[in-house]
Amino acid sequence: MQLIPCPWCGPREEVEFHYGGQAHVDYPAEPAALSDEEWAKFVFFRDNPRGPFAERWSHAAGCRRWFNAVRDTRSYELLAVYRPGQERPVTT
Amino acid sequence: MPAQTNLPDHPSFLWRNPDPAKSYDVVVVGGGGHGLATAYYLAAVHGITNVAVLEKGWLAGGNMARNTTIIRSNYLWDESSGIYEHALKLWEGLEAELDYPILFDQRGVLNLAHSLQDVRDSVRRVNANRLNGIDAEWLDADAVKEVCPIVNVSPEVRYPVLGATYQPRAGIAKHDYVAWGYASAADRLGVDLIQNCEVTGIETTDGRVTGVNTTRGRIAAGRVALAASGHSSELAAMAGVELPVQSHPLQALVSELLEPVHPTVVMSNAVHVYVSQAHKGELVMGAGIDNYNGYGQRGSFHIIERQMSAAMELFPIFARAHLLRTWAGIVDVSPDASPIIGLTPVDGLYLNCGWGTGGFKATPGVGDCFAHTIANDKPHPYNEPFTLERFTTGALVDEHGAAAVAH
Repeated sequence: MQLIPCPWCGPREEVEFHYGGQAHVDYPAEPAALSDEEWAKFVFFRDNPRGPFAERWSHAAGCRRWFNAVRDTRSYELLAVYRPGQERPVTT
Repeated sequence: MPAQTNLPDHPSFLWRNPDPAKSYDVVVVGGGGHGLATAYYLAAVHGITNVAVLEKGWLAGGNMARNTTIIRSNYLWDESSGIYEHALKLWEGLEAELDYPILFDQRGVLNLAHSLQDVRDSVRRVNANRLNGIDAEWLDADAVKEVCPIVNVSPEVRYPVLGATYQPRAGIAKHDYVAWGYASAADRLGVDLIQNCEVTGIETTDGRVTGVNTTRGRIAAGRVALAASGHSSELAAMAGVELPVQSHPLQALVSELLEPVHPTVVMSNAVHVYVSQAHKGELVMGAGIDNYNGYGQRGSFHIIERQMSAAMELFPIFARAHLLRTWAGIVDVSPDASPIIGLTPVDGLYLNCGWGTGGFKATPGVGDCFAHTIANDKPHPYNEPFTLERFTTGALVDEHGAAAVAH
């Protein structure tokens, strides 16, 4: 089974984690000011790259904390994990 | 070893294997079931025969080769009933239409209910289906046992079977034969089926599509139609179109060949498994999607493990069957579990995606409606509700109940 390195607990089995989709999607600063198109983009549209993808994971059956990871969606290899609030690390 | 002198001749080829021409009226991107069916109906119904289907691998080698071949039309909402029932009616005449055997077998589908809420939702869906003229019945657990004697309806299990919806006209077909039938029929009408030809760019001029760049050179196109399932996001981005879909692995598996034991198709959303027995004898089982985004055509082992434990509880008779093979396909999941079929902000560029886990059953219906959309630059009434704009207007077609796991 794939191991996911939780930034707080260390490597744990994939079944302990919950997937949270694309990372770094900020809630709109002024939601009421958004057009329908902008609101649709925020609610329904997410990046869907074939390659490195910054995404959120929660260690649901462990420390129950959220973190971010950069994962390659072709190989499923985890290229980096980092805590919320940190910048996306540069991966090659 | 002695030389073989009496080998049979190669069987006749089902389609030509042409090099791409410089230009086509319509280029269909994606040589799976939807792309092939679309090309066939463009030629057969609309008389548009200067058409190419571009496939980056081999014909029908993606999700068309990986699905669990279930065909049904018992969806909740009127919009879905329209297009899926249209597809089912076309399935019923497809062998004759294509003059090709596709082993379409209306052995019925049971959708199991395991909780009081499941029961209420299922009965509601049966009533909705009947109002739309779709055959549907609610069966209690004893009646489920009569239709499919190998289902365990004991109340002692973790998720007891409380009943099921039953659609007798539903069933399965041989997926490869469906693709080959459409491919050969389209080829006979003059459509070029071009394999090993990956689209690397979509050209537009003043907001209108003019052609595609491919690994086999540039091809000019009057219209371009995308039918690339899990790779739709990447393709649409080449024309600057963003899609609200996420690509996930969807896994399935087969057992070794067995004597006929399973007379119908059984699906269970609650325990994440759906099972039929192929004509050849293998049990074909599908799982739910892997939660993470992925393009790897493989998924995580624990999904298979859970699927197996669910199957074991429902069908104790499978306990000693051997697993032969597992695989995954890449499915493009939309926010409302309904497809996106229609026009795009780019003139002459048409979109068919977002089918998620359930595209196979719609193959003839979507082929017919998508061809109509391309030929008339206007959606067919059956795909009119499934626009890209619905995510802005909010007119979603929420089929999570009928589609989410076991599409």
